[in-house]
Amino acid sequence: MLTLQELDAIRLSMIVGATAVAGSLPFGIALGWLLARYSFPGKTIVETLLNLPLVLPPVVTGYLLLATLGRQGWLGGLLDRTFGIRFVFDWKGAAVAAAVVSFPLMVRAIRLAFAAIDHQLEQAARTLGASRIDAFMTVSLPLARPGIVAGCVLAFARSMGEFGATIMIAGNIPGMTQTIPLYIYEQLSVPGGLEASRRIVIVSVVIAAAALMAGEYLDRRGRLRLRAD
Amino acid sequence: MDHLSFDCDCTYASGFRLEARFTAGTGVTALFGPSGSGKSTVLALIAGLLRPARGVISLGDRTLTDTSARVHLPPEHRRVGLLFQNHCLLPHLSVRGNLEYGMKRRSSGRFRFDEIVGILELRDVLARQPHELSGGQKQRVALGRALLSGPELLMLDEPFSGLDEPLQERILEYLRRVLSEYQIPTLLVTHTPAHVHQLAGRVIHLDAGRVVATGSPEEVPGPRPGRS
Repeated sequence: MLTLQELDAIRLSMIVGATAVAGSLPFGIALGWLLARYSFPGKTIVETLLNLPLVLPPVVTGYLLLATLGRQGWLGGLLDRTFGIRFVFDWKGAAVAAAVVSFPLMVRAIRLAFAAIDHQLEQAARTLGASRIDAFMTVSLPLARPGIVAGCVLAFARSMGEFGATIMIAGNIPGMTQTIPLYIYEQLSVPGGLEASRRIVIVSVVIAAAALMAGEYLDRRGRLRLRAD
Repeated sequence: MDHLSFDCDCTYASGFRLEARFTAGTGVTALFGPSGSGKSTVLALIAGLLRPARGVISLGDRTLTDTSARVHLPPEHRRVGLLFQNHCLLPHLSVRGNLEYGMKRRSSGRFRFDEIVGILELRDVLARQPHELSGGQKQRVALGRALLSGPELLMLDEPFSGLDEPLQERILEYLRRVLSEYQIPTLLVTHTPAHVHQLAGRVIHLDAGRVVATGSPEEVPGPRPGRS
């Protein structure tokens, strides 16, 4: 049986992962579309900034988040004063950290999905009376759905494993900010922790594998449905 | 009477320059020429999918493009039906969904769903997905979809390409049926002289981005029967 603290860590990991994905999805779709369809000045800089969290040490990402979203940070201070929203030592901080580190994976999958759509299909929709937005909503978005789902699954799985940036901004408070990786880290610092972590490690592997399998299934089903003309 | 008036000049990144001027009436006009002569570019300019550097395009009493007046109607407001070379059926929609796509966005009392489905013999495939159709069926669905969007000009971009000869004959028969039933002004792009003679009353011969001859199929040197 899982302990209450383990259950809390699992619940919190799921909430953090789901919030990170839901919060970053609209931006992921917009950026994926922009990068797949348009050339614009500064595109390389946007791509570099986007992919930076993939190669930066997570602790550095955490430091930058802390500097921005902390109460002394320009954005964190503003949000605290205006809306009373705080990120430091809060699960919302963990969700932001997870969103930032998983965002490049999400955008990469969505961008590839949009790039793979035959541009003429959108043109056909336009000649049939669809406006630019209408064609995007009724042609591009449904056709990119398998890629969007794949991007969400990858981002969720990456969020579940986020450690370095999360501990920097949200700390490691059981029941409040302690996700699965943070719980395991805490267990390993006490005698017998390796044994005690076994159950939650299994749960972690099962959740990650289930997410990937579900994503693969949805992706395959989607591609079958959208088989090329 | 001229229904379509086209006068455009544009150079593309590839270096290709289109500098063409012509008019087309209310019947079937063939845009004839070898591959790379600019036929599909002309269709894209009329459909509003490309912008010319300089030019005026008008359809009936409407100006679709006029660069000097900074007019460029978006494709959805042009009422121009385009049959793409590779059908471009929307793969996530059924045949019915494809046929209704344009119909739902533009009301047209002239083209009725049941009538078009009957003429093009599509009733049995309405529930199918595009990947379940044969080449000829796809072509008929694409034609029906273009008609149901209520166009004032129908543009057919190589409607017989990729089809074997018996299938070409069948599609030709469907086209004849539709064109005689609805009398819709049509621009037919082809590089096959036989198709010009079978469908068109007038030919515009395009070569290297320029109009080199216009007239009846018998008058224009390019599409004389026998050459394919």
